[in-house]
Amino acid sequence: MQLTQVLTYALRRLLQAVPVVILIMVGTFLLLKLAPGDTVDALVGDMGGADAAYIARLRAEYGLDQPVWVQLGRYMAKLIQFDFGWSFVYEQPVAAILWERLGTTLMLMGTSLSLAFSIGVGLGAIAARRAYSLTDNAISTLGLIFYATPSFFLSLMMILLFSVKLGWLPVSGLSDVAAFYTGWDHVIDVVLHLIMPTAALSLIYLSFYLRLMRASVLEVADLDFVRTARAKGAGETRLMIHHIMRNALLPVVTLLGLQFSTVLGGSVVVETIFALPGLGQLAYQSVIQRDMNMLMGIIFLCAIIVVIVNFLTDLLYARLDSRIALK
Amino acid sequence: MTAATTDLPRAEAAPAVALWRRFARNRAALLGLVLFGAVLVMAATAGLIEPTDPLRRAGDPLTKPFTDWAVPLGTDQLGRDILAQLFHGARISLLVGVLATLLSIAIGVVVGALAGFFGGWVDDVLMRVTEAFQTIPNFVLLLALVAILGSSIEYITLAIAIVSWTAPARMVRAEFLSLRSREFVDAARNLGVSNGALIFREILPNALPPVIVYASVIMALSILLESALAFLGLGDPNHASWGNMIGQGRAVLRTDWYCAVIPGIAIVLTVLSFSLLGEGLNDALNPRQKKQ
Repeated sequence: MQLTQVLTYALRRLLQAVPVVILIMVGTFLLLKLAPGDTVDALVGDMGGADAAYIARLRAEYGLDQPVWVQLGRYMAKLIQFDFGWSFVYEQPVAAILWERLGTTLMLMGTSLSLAFSIGVGLGAIAARRAYSLTDNAISTLGLIFYATPSFFLSLMMILLFSVKLGWLPVSGLSDVAAFYTGWDHVIDVVLHLIMPTAALSLIYLSFYLRLMRASVLEVADLDFVRTARAKGAGETRLMIHHIMRNALLPVVTLLGLQFSTVLGGSVVVETIFALPGLGQLAYQSVIQRDMNMLMGIIFLCAIIVVIVNFLTDLLYARLDSRIALK
Repeated sequence: MTAATTDLPRAEAAPAVALWRRFARNRAALLGLVLFGAVLVMAATAGLIEPTDPLRRAGDPLTKPFTDWAVPLGTDQLGRDILAQLFHGARISLLVGVLATLLSIAIGVVVGALAGFFGGWVDDVLMRVTEAFQTIPNFVLLLALVAILGSSIEYITLAIAIVSWTAPARMVRAEFLSLRSREFVDAARNLGVSNGALIFREILPNALPPVIVYASVIMALSILLESALAFLGLGDPNHASWGNMIGQGRAVLRTDWYCAVIPGIAIVLTVLSFSLLGEGLNDALNPRQKKQ
């Protein structure tokens, strides 16, 4: 792969995402307009009421008396600079709060998805190699149960077992605030706090990857090039790792990219249950507190993250499958 | 050789019978059917278990299960009958699941059919819109829609359909792309069949089977989305819902875990029944796909 080739490919993929991002901007603007009340209503509510002339002057000041398309243009110009407006709940710019919360969510995403991907792919490959055996049935049944269990129910059951009955794991938060741990103690503390949220978020995706990987390995194992490799004397392990896995991984990587936005959505429930200070918990609180600017900021930021992740999985896909020409 | 001894091929079984035979060969699919039947029966008999209001006070708060036969599965912290809520919850789950699935497939079929049939700029525009919907995390969009529309059961169903039509749209589009240049479509077009009839009468029936199988997935996801909303306390407060029961049960998890566990098992078994049914249906409709 030439570096310039990769760069042009990268640029082309990013250009394709531009209309999608613009559509999302228009979408969030429409949702804001549909929501009852606007910025001035919130301001006046904060002040405890004001007379009609003052409200009209405020509306003019915020540009709310302009035609809708002018407002849309201004809104989009602001969004491009990551200016999501003012949060009347936090009395701070939305962007400042979002940056504060982003790290926790990305950490939860990262650990959950890597766990789901590695274990799912591993178990899927094992199940496929021993297809229709007892091992395969056990793994497939486990996958079905993980798939059917909603993350919030799983979370409660884990809390019941590991926190209430056994007392092994902390129930909520990102770290023990009262303990003032430093260095490695702090790291271990955070890891202990993340075990249950990570498990709750990853198990359903683990089941997706498991099922897809199993089907994919079964399909690839039947192809001619595998038979050729076996005829030339490749051992089963080498056959699996060098010949089958690399090809069987392709659909799983596609799914990983496609599902990233769903995982971000799933973090709303998990972060709320475990009181993790991330974007998901913030989204839930914004709905309760009717903080629409915040909610739209979260939607836009999440969309940008998803676009970036999809772009990265595209690159990974191109690396795995050399048949895809980077034109 | 007389006609009586001629070996004629046996009459083919009717398609529906053949389909059933292939479906019934799969034991997991039959289990799914039985579970699904149980949920249906629960939804149908909810009125017999509790004819007036499942959310009324039926006994002492936090009665343990199997101790009082007036409330066989016990009561929650407000004294509401868990069994009655479970049966009425089945009704809400199925109602939301079925309606949201039908609605999202309807949107998906229209978008996918137009994009796949016409191609060109229509396809470009519709696919960018689809990508935009797929890029926004669906649960966050669902929260935003519920915050704006309100959380009555009708709006929740509509909102779930709005966040889940993209997958069927992509499937229908892919089917249309491969079907639109087949000979039977060309033949119909040469006979002067209009575009509308081509889309809905000629191509759509051939494009639907994978979407029908996928409907079981959408149905399962819709039920999960509704219960997650209700768990967070954003569901319709006027109806019993499994998610809401679990959310309420969270407050008494330490002492009375059965309040959350009973509806939780109901959700797991319902979703399980859909995925088993879907897999069985897939194997029965595409017998060649299955190995062995």
